Amino acid sequence: MSVEDQIAFRVEDLCRSYFLKGETVHALKGVSFDVLAGEYIAIMGPSGSGKSTLLNVLGCLDRPTSGRYILAGDDVATLNDYQLSRIRGQRIGFVFQSYNLLQQLNVLENIKVPLQYQGLVGSEADVLCQHLAERVGLGNRLYHRPTELSGGQQQRVAIARSLVNDPYFILADEATGNLDSKTTDEVLDLFETLNNDGKTIIMITHEDEVAARSKRVIRLRDGLIESDTRN
Amino acid sequence: MIFQFFQTVVLGIKSLMVQKLRAGLAALGIFIGTATVIWLVAMGEGVSFRAQQQILELGARNIIVRTKQPNEGEQDAANRVKTYGLLRADYRRIVENIPNISRAIPMRELRFELRLGDRTADAKLVGCVEDYLALNRLEMARGRWLSSRDRGKKVVVLASDTARRLFPFENPIGRTIWVGAEFYTVIGQTRDRTASAAIGGSLDSRDYNLDAYIPLKTLRQRVGDLVMKRVGGGQGFNFIGEDVELSQITVEVENIEEVDETAQIIETLLKKYHEKEDYAVVVPRELLRQAERTRTMFNVLLVVIAGISLLVGGIGIMNIMLATVTERTREIGIRRALGATRTDIISQFLIETVVLTASGGLLGVLFGLSVGPIFETLKRAVLTFSPESLPPIVQTLEPRIAPWSVVLSLAISLGVGVLFGVYPARKAAFLDPIEALRHE
Ligand SMILES: Nc1ncnc2c1ncn2[C@@H]1O[C@H](COP(=O)(O)OP(=O)(O)OP(=O)(O)O)[C@@H](O)[C@H]1O
Ligand SMILES: [Mg+2]
Repeated sequence: MSVEDQIAFRVEDLCRSYFLKGETVHALKGVSFDVLAGEYIAIMGPSGSGKSTLLNVLGCLDRPTSGRYILAGDDVATLNDYQLSRIRGQRIGFVFQSYNLLQQLNVLENIKVPLQYQGLVGSEADVLCQHLAERVGLGNRLYHRPTELSGGQQQRVAIARSLVNDPYFILADEATGNLDSKTTDEVLDLFETLNNDGKTIIMITHEDEVAARSKRVIRLRDGLIESDTRN
Repeated sequence: MIFQFFQTVVLGIKSLMVQKLRAGLAALGIFIGTATVIWLVAMGEGVSFRAQQQILELGARNIIVRTKQPNEGEQDAANRVKTYGLLRADYRRIVENIPNISRAIPMRELRFELRLGDRTADAKLVGCVEDYLALNRLEMARGRWLSSRDRGKKVVVLASDTARRLFPFENPIGRTIWVGAEFYTVIGQTRDRTASAAIGGSLDSRDYNLDAYIPLKTLRQRVGDLVMKRVGGGQGFNFIGEDVELSQITVEVENIEEVDETAQIIETLLKKYHEKEDYAVVVPRELLRQAERTRTMFNVLLVVIAGISLLVGGIGIMNIMLATVTERTREIGIRRALGATRTDIISQFLIETVVLTASGGLLGVLFGLSVGPIFETLKRAVLTFSPESLPPIVQTLEPRIAPWSVVLSLAISLGVGVLFGVYPARKAAFLDPIEALRHE
């Protein structure tokens, strides 16, 4: 297998600028790197350095101002809203700092949401979701609402949800930012297991201990890559 | 596909249940609007149905020629006796000149006091012929109707109320009563009969129950054409006289298609012999057509009013949905991140709106359909507390549900849901996912 085959995605000279009332903020000023399938990457950098902006572009929630983001052969900048939605639903799993579960749904239903948008419903979907809930250790909480769960449990539901569509990679924006060190470890254990099973993971973090558990660390500063190192 | 739609509906209901009171209040507007359409139309249909029944009582093949007091100035005030109206000659001319009539029935009616001992009845004395019974679809309760052998004889048939006043306890058949200054023998009594439509200038509908029928010939010979009436009060009362030969001639045409044409001919015929306009030609069929037009106009009006109330309900719905979209901005962001397309978001909120309006609409229809029993109960409740407070038209009103009003109101409420749901739903779908995710 060549390197090309293993590339999960590639960004080339990626720029993202915000235009605000005559003022332009350059959040990303030309970022380039490749990510191979199965990598486990931590993105670090000071506040305002452009980490979330980069992750939003990678997650197809946002489009670059210039530069290219090539995902499965497509340049994301040229795709329309519908196509971006489909990519988000099929190839990308999100894990957020604030969990972002839907409050009116229970654990099982929350995990199922991405499947519904792919038209996957019925008993197979139920079995899959239940299996994922068990895998993240919530087999006995299937019918609980998010408000009835701890922060760590909620984040594990969110991780199960991010896995349900069997995505190419998982994007986590400060996924452990709201958790104490014990639950942080639990979540990181989960990420590690997933990565060992072959999932590509890209996570933003401020903490060196968290970054230390990844395999590669990309540091941003003022919208540019400061360093890119493999542990 | 169907299952997915069903799931979206379930999701919509779930989301609505989060704010039960708010959803309920929003649906209330649609509920009231839908129920109003059905109720108003049912009331209107009830009124016009009765009006049509009354007109049909007059007979669709009939032409009614009535005496009418000519409108004239005061110059006649000195002339104490007014002579006007249809003549026996008119009757003869109609019968002789108009070929396609099956029968023509002359009639003279006037208010008259009937008396028996100290009981009196201020009745309508009707001088008529044998055919009058069949023409007006009267039925005998007891005794017999006037026959050709009774012509000129002093016999009388009492209507139900008249009989009740003079003979509250006894059987009137065979008894004699005072009609003016003469004795008449009661030979029969008619059944109660519902009133027919108002015709020819008189605003009251014709009430048959206070009648007393005597042969036309008897009326002419015994009472005469000239009737003196006492008017005014104080010192020295005044008398005015009215000299009228016939009050009405009812002409029945053989073929219903010829009614209008024959009415025209009669009108032309009468015009030749009457200087003043002291008669009116009424065609019940024409009245029916008029009633139909009135009904259509009435219905349009009701639908417009109800439509406005549904519009107001729709604005309420839109208001709620806009608030919902703002409140659930974050949910929209999450769903977009998880793969929802704009269409998915639009259908989610649109279905939610339609579920809201449809449930309001369905409940409104159910409430609307129970208009009969509910109205009846209300009416009875009001009547027990103050029997006099309801006008007779309301007392006898029976709402009639028009199927089209049910379909229409349901369609409008669904339409309102879609119409007023589109904007909030589009607003939700076109939110920037990142902004939406950041929303608190
Ligand atoms: N929607 C926006 N409009 C304008 N400027 C923005 C917007 N989003 C981000 N920025 C700017 O882009 C720059 C990068 O922001 P970004 O959120 O990517 O930082 P970050 O590295 O994630 O910081 P933190 O660690 O605090 O989350 C900042 O200067 C920020 O002000
Ligand atoms: Mg950030």
